[in-house]
Amino acid sequence: MSATTAGLPARHPESQSESYLGDEHSLGSWLFTRDHKRIAILFFASITFFFFIGGAAAALIRLHLVNPYGTLLQPEVYNRMFTMHGIVMVWFFLIPSIPATLGNFLIPLMIGARDLAFPRLNLFSWYLFTLSGFIALYFIFIGGDDTGWTFYEPYSSNFANGHVIAAAVAVFINGFSTIATALNFVVTTHKLRAPGMTWFRLPLFVWAIYATSIVMLLATPVLAMTLALVGIERLWGVGIFNPALGGDPILFQHMFWFYSHPAVYIMVLPAMGVVSELVACFARRPVFGYRGMCYALISIAVIGFFVWGHHMFTAGISLTSAVVFSLMSFIVAVPSAIKVFNWTATLHNARISFDAPMLYALGFVGLFTIGGLTGLVLATLSADIHLQDTYFVVAHFHFIMVGGTVSAYFGGLHYWWSKITGRHYPEMWGRYAAILMFVGFNLTFFPQFILGYLGMPRRYYTYAPDLQTWNVLSSAGASILAAAYLLPLGYLTWSLFFGKRARANPWGATGLEWRTSSPPPAHNFPHTPTVTERPYRYDPRDGSFTTQDGAHFAEPAGLGLGLGAADV
Amino acid sequence: MFSGRLEAQYSDSRQQSETAQLGMWVFIATEVLFFGALVFSYFIYRFTYPEQFALAGHDSFILLGSVNQAILITSSLTMVLATRAAKADQQRALVLLLSATVALGLAFLGVKGYEYAKDVAAHSVPVIDYVFKPGYRRPTEIFWCFYFVATGLHALHLTIGIVLVALLAVRAAQGAFSPSYDAPLEVVGLYWSFVDTVWFFLFACIYPLGRAG
Repeated sequence: MSATTAGLPARHPESQSESYLGDEHSLGSWLFTRDHKRIAILFFASITFFFFIGGAAAALIRLHLVNPYGTLLQPEVYNRMFTMHGIVMVWFFLIPSIPATLGNFLIPLMIGARDLAFPRLNLFSWYLFTLSGFIALYFIFIGGDDTGWTFYEPYSSNFANGHVIAAAVAVFINGFSTIATALNFVVTTHKLRAPGMTWFRLPLFVWAIYATSIVMLLATPVLAMTLALVGIERLWGVGIFNPALGGDPILFQHMFWFYSHPAVYIMVLPAMGVVSELVACFARRPVFGYRGMCYALISIAVIGFFVWGHHMFTAGISLTSAVVFSLMSFIVAVPSAIKVFNWTATLHNARISFDAPMLYALGFVGLFTIGGLTGLVLATLSADIHLQDTYFVVAHFHFIMVGGTVSAYFGGLHYWWSKITGRHYPEMWGRYAAILMFVGFNLTFFPQFILGYLGMPRRYYTYAPDLQTWNVLSSAGASILAAAYLLPLGYLTWSLFFGKRARANPWGATGLEWRTSSPPPAHNFPHTPTVTERPYRYDPRDGSFTTQDGAHFAEPAGLGLGLGAADV
Repeated sequence: MFSGRLEAQYSDSRQQSETAQLGMWVFIATEVLFFGALVFSYFIYRFTYPEQFALAGHDSFILLGSVNQAILITSSLTMVLATRAAKADQQRALVLLLSATVALGLAFLGVKGYEYAKDVAAHSVPVIDYVFKPGYRRPTEIFWCFYFVATGLHALHLTIGIVLVALLAVRAAQGAFSPSYDAPLEVVGLYWSFVDTVWFFLFACIYPLGRAG
């Protein structure tokens, strides 16, 4: 393939020092950097660490549940293990996952800016995250906390034996990191777009991160206040939420879920953004119904604030509010369904290349659909009475969080890996890991739907012996999943040193991030680009494409054969 | 934030200034939700235990609260006038008005501290030193819990504001601001007004509404 088919000429090894990675090598140049790309790498290192901590806890839980009488972990240890798994995975992996890494790296590149609006705030956000991470590790090492990630009252203030306050402080500080990052994204999207980059020319990934940031900004402070009140209550024994002292534990649930339900959308909206980019590029077609996709993202963000009560159907809220929350939960499924239909329509009649990122994206679409549809089952009041607090719920939200968000995160990581590092990952290993992850995931979590339907409650360290078969299947799946997560850790690390060097635009994609070298220079673009085109101008007839700054290219050779990486 | 240098990601200083102001507005939006959650839960209990909250509210010192209200409204005025002085290039007035804002903020904290001392003397500190008078039950303690959390958080925000305005005053004395460069004044001014507005709501919740009914 000639070097000019897909954009800028290949980068010569000796000019490597012009990239953001090669400018300086000292530790200080990383720890005091203001470059959004380096900060993205810092976040990436942090959350990868926590992903494996949370994963280790999950592995122990699944190993324990192989035996119905649970001999591996003591009951107290089991409680602490699922709490640690929840807290680490929610706040230290899923919430920052796509926004703080891919978002941080790509938002300025995609809108044609030289950096985020507030680079120092961006770095500060990572330091807050790191501080909260150390506190989280501290509370894990001194013995953990057994409240579950939900900190339900009055258990958390009066009865829990673990280190509730340390856990709450970690999450509290983590929240400020989230808010700082979100504030940066919102302001950057408003103020730093390149000339010609109108709102309806923004890539859907930017829309998704924007919608996510709004949710982060408006939901996270409520969690901060809620946890502050829990901490005060536990420390001094006042009765803010404790019914024995005049408090109202249902109020705690309202305040907690006012944050934590929108937090689900914080986790999944960025994944939808990633998948929109991937589906369009590998189907070589514009995203079907682009504006509908934008409105759907914003609708999910807004309606998502009015469905929190569906976590409380059996907690003693009135029938009227239960009916309203149930109705709202059905309504929020509509824009999500619009997105699934539009991805499907984009794929219809397309010449699809099954490269590793696309395999992850297709996995996302299927698994997210199952997760979403089972959400409707749970939003149905009568069905929820039976399924509340069973493994059906566990399976449902893992289909959204792990099948959905984690798949999309890995898809995005593979797709932009060459842009971030300047090196290609080995394509065959990437596909192998994607398929293994899909198989392992389904084997782990599909049996949990059945277990939940059969009545196995969540968070118990034992279960009825006749449920063992499904539990063993689930645990077997978890071991496959663990292998599938360790694989990328291996070959992506390998590729940093031995991967083939990447050109500017190996996938033949249309976004501005592909119009600069791989890896990009310190301030992203030699000249600020001028945007003349809407995104995703892929021509389905011959696979040619027009980038957002108006350059037209023939179809990139090698796509779909796994050679895009190999022959550069 | 206080240096007038144009950063690499902006094309001109106007864009930089507008961006800084939008940043503060977005930050204020999150703060509204932060204090909003507290005020919301206060009202839940206010409606659940109206008589008990009225009893507890009568023990708050409405005169001191009102004095503080007056002090903060005045400080908002001096802060806005300071921004205007910068736009008119009145350097001396700018420094004086910023210093006055700092002084009024400190006066608020002084009055608040005196009020806390009186609250302690009246045995109104939940758990640590709380005396249930005849007819007082647990919810009166919850009232005081909200009182200390809300006013404490507000005082923390105000202290940050005082430090920021004091820094601005020092920079203004060095002649850093001009009609073409006043973005930090606008940004800190927004924050100051927000902190004042929070007090409006806290004042209304604690002193008049607390004892009504």
